[in-house]
Amino acid sequence: MLAYIVRRLLYAVPILIGVNLLTFALFFVVNTPDQMARVQLGDRYVSEVAIQEWKVQRGYDKPLLFNTAHEGPAAVTETIFFEKSLSLFALDFGKSDAGRNIAADIEQRMWPSLAVALPTFAIGIAVNIAFALFVVMFRASLFDTGAMILCVALMSISGVFYVIAGQFFFAKEWNLVPVSGYLSGVDAWRFLLLPVIIGVISGIGGGTRLYRTLFLEEANKDYVRTARAKGVSELTVLFRHILPNGMIPILTSVVVVIPSLFMGSLLVESFFGIPGLGSYTLEAIQAQDFAIVRSMVFLGSVLYIIGLLLTDISYTLVDPRVRLS
Amino acid sequence: MEVFDVRVHLLWSDILIFILVASLLCFVVSVLKNPLARGRWAKVFESRIGAASFMVILFYVLIALTDSLHFQKRLEATAESTDVHYAPEMTSVLDLILAPMLDRDEKTYSAPFAIYSFAKENIESDDGTVVREFPRLEHGGSHITMEEQHVADIVVKSLTAIGWTLVPILIVLFIHHWYIRKEDSRLPWPVIYFTFAAIVVVSSWALQMSQYYHVLGTDKVGQDVLYGAIKAIRTGVLIGTLATLVTLPLAVLLGISAGYFRGWVDDVVQYIYTTLNSIPGILLIAASVLLINVYIETNPEQFKLLSDRADFRFIALCFILGMTSWTGLCRLLRAETLKVSQLEYVQAAHAFGVSRWRVIMRHILPNTTHIILIALVLDFSAFVLAEAVLSYIGVGVDSSMKSWGNMINEARSELAREPVVWWSVIAAFILMFTLVLAANLFSDRVRDVFDPRMSGSGDNS
Repeated sequence: MLAYIVRRLLYAVPILIGVNLLTFALFFVVNTPDQMARVQLGDRYVSEVAIQEWKVQRGYDKPLLFNTAHEGPAAVTETIFFEKSLSLFALDFGKSDAGRNIAADIEQRMWPSLAVALPTFAIGIAVNIAFALFVVMFRASLFDTGAMILCVALMSISGVFYVIAGQFFFAKEWNLVPVSGYLSGVDAWRFLLLPVIIGVISGIGGGTRLYRTLFLEEANKDYVRTARAKGVSELTVLFRHILPNGMIPILTSVVVVIPSLFMGSLLVESFFGIPGLGSYTLEAIQAQDFAIVRSMVFLGSVLYIIGLLLTDISYTLVDPRVRLS
Repeated sequence: MEVFDVRVHLLWSDILIFILVASLLCFVVSVLKNPLARGRWAKVFESRIGAASFMVILFYVLIALTDSLHFQKRLEATAESTDVHYAPEMTSVLDLILAPMLDRDEKTYSAPFAIYSFAKENIESDDGTVVREFPRLEHGGSHITMEEQHVADIVVKSLTAIGWTLVPILIVLFIHHWYIRKEDSRLPWPVIYFTFAAIVVVSSWALQMSQYYHVLGTDKVGQDVLYGAIKAIRTGVLIGTLATLVTLPLAVLLGISAGYFRGWVDDVVQYIYTTLNSIPGILLIAASVLLINVYIETNPEQFKLLSDRADFRFIALCFILGMTSWTGLCRLLRAETLKVSQLEYVQAAHAFGVSRWRVIMRHILPNTTHIILIALVLDFSAFVLAEAVLSYIGVGVDSSMKSWGNMINEARSELAREPVVWWSVIAAFILMFTLVLAANLFSDRVRDVFDPRMSGSGDNS
């Protein structure tokens, strides 16, 4: 097991290098720091001195890949690629273009993100499984068909509308919860209620449909037919056989997103004014702060790769037939 | 090109969409020639949902196409010069059809079918006193003299509009029905008739009522909301089709070669898509759009017209969306090719010395088309939905372009007003929901027909 994990981690290295090179190419080669400076400073006809000053302050004045002004290892280390891109591997995010410490920001803002994303994720799965089981109970009936059309309809609504409608009815018309905002500590629950509910509701359509397919696959297997032939009641078949076995593909398919929950959701967090990583990223995008966007891209990839690793491990845990090799 | 007093000015996205339609027609012709494919497609359209959703999609595409024929109107010659000048803004054929909604701007918000403005103004009455009142709209319901007539007028005008449309439609449908009654057609004609009648009646009602009222109200600057929502159809349809078109060659080429050649090709392709996949999609899109913005801002001389600039941004957005979302289809195709290339007939083809290229074209590609088709339609609806989110984040289409995302974005502040300005968000919602729902239902049908294993056997729809 340990050897497998180590090997998978080594396999992740080239992928992260790829991500790193891609972001480097996007942010420094396609667009030179000069252009970034011009956009940041706002004026098309900004003076050369101001651009130079902006670059020096943020360390963008160095050569891209190879510094001929230095000898030895310094020729490689005193470059933008080494300082801004490779340093990400050490999780050293550096300073944002506005001068803030990115690592400190991330540490502070990941908790609100988690406070929204984790309950949404857990409750969402539970609700979707419950609905899917309910539909499977009435499979091949008019109810099944109707429920599936309803699911497709729910899937066809943009996430933005869920948020807008939720805020409008729950917060504005019925005054049940505050429209947006956040408090640290236990008091946060009043602000978290609506985002979590909306996150769960917006996922019902797609989730129920997918899980229904997975459960139906299980329901058509031989051992289920045997159980039914023996006279086991429909409910027992559903909860003793179909549910536990159907959970395997469901759990292994959701594991991959667990680490990414840290990143939060751009949409929900910004609509509800939750100071998490999602809204942090969105603010950076809107302020064109490339340093933060770059860090978040890298962080996101790291978390995704951890998710892939967890998926593989979870396969072996729930299904002993899968061998790690 | 100059025809009469207009100059045809096609945007790049216009040209792309017509190329796309032409290639789609080629595909349809090839399907019609192949009896097997024809039989399968017939099954898609024989289901009620399949036929109805396809007609809705077709209607949207038609609107998008008429909105993609752009021209510039010639300006009136001035006394000083005899040079010919053209208006800087683009007009499309659709604008001609929607003429009743154009050039009837009010001052600010007004509710659907309202005759009074949404905001109070100081009005000077006949005896000189100034009253703070809701002023009458300049265009909306301007023919009404007495307030009591208002509701009755709407009802009467609606009924006349519907009646005048329904009668010719019923005649046409009756003739058609009489004409085909001898043929043994398995298409669900009642549903098709109903969908057709519903589409025509609703659009003609909206068009006729627009001559008197603002059917969906007006927005902040007094523009007709329905007009904006209809203009946004082109943006939505185009973003869906163009972005899907970008994903197609990449996914097919890389996916099939990875599954067929295996070895190092497979390793490289897997590496590429895992790397791309590992970057959070929305961040990659946002970063790329930011870079496009930087490019536009530093090269202003390339974009003379405002609409050229918006169009460049739009095409770039479609391209970026496509480049970041081909990995899913690629992975599916790789897996399916791995499976198909192990089958006996492919092995037999190899044994007979058929070249690899021919094996791919004759045996592997046709046996993976159902995966491609289903993914295409699903991608289409995903892109339409993504546009709304991206525009909200501020990395979507240019704000000068009409789009559902931009409408929703503006509507956010309107919902906080008292009384609520609900009509523009509802307009965007209805039009967007109809398109995405139709696409999703259609892709469901395609999947049921082409890939019965996937649809769960309990399906009886």
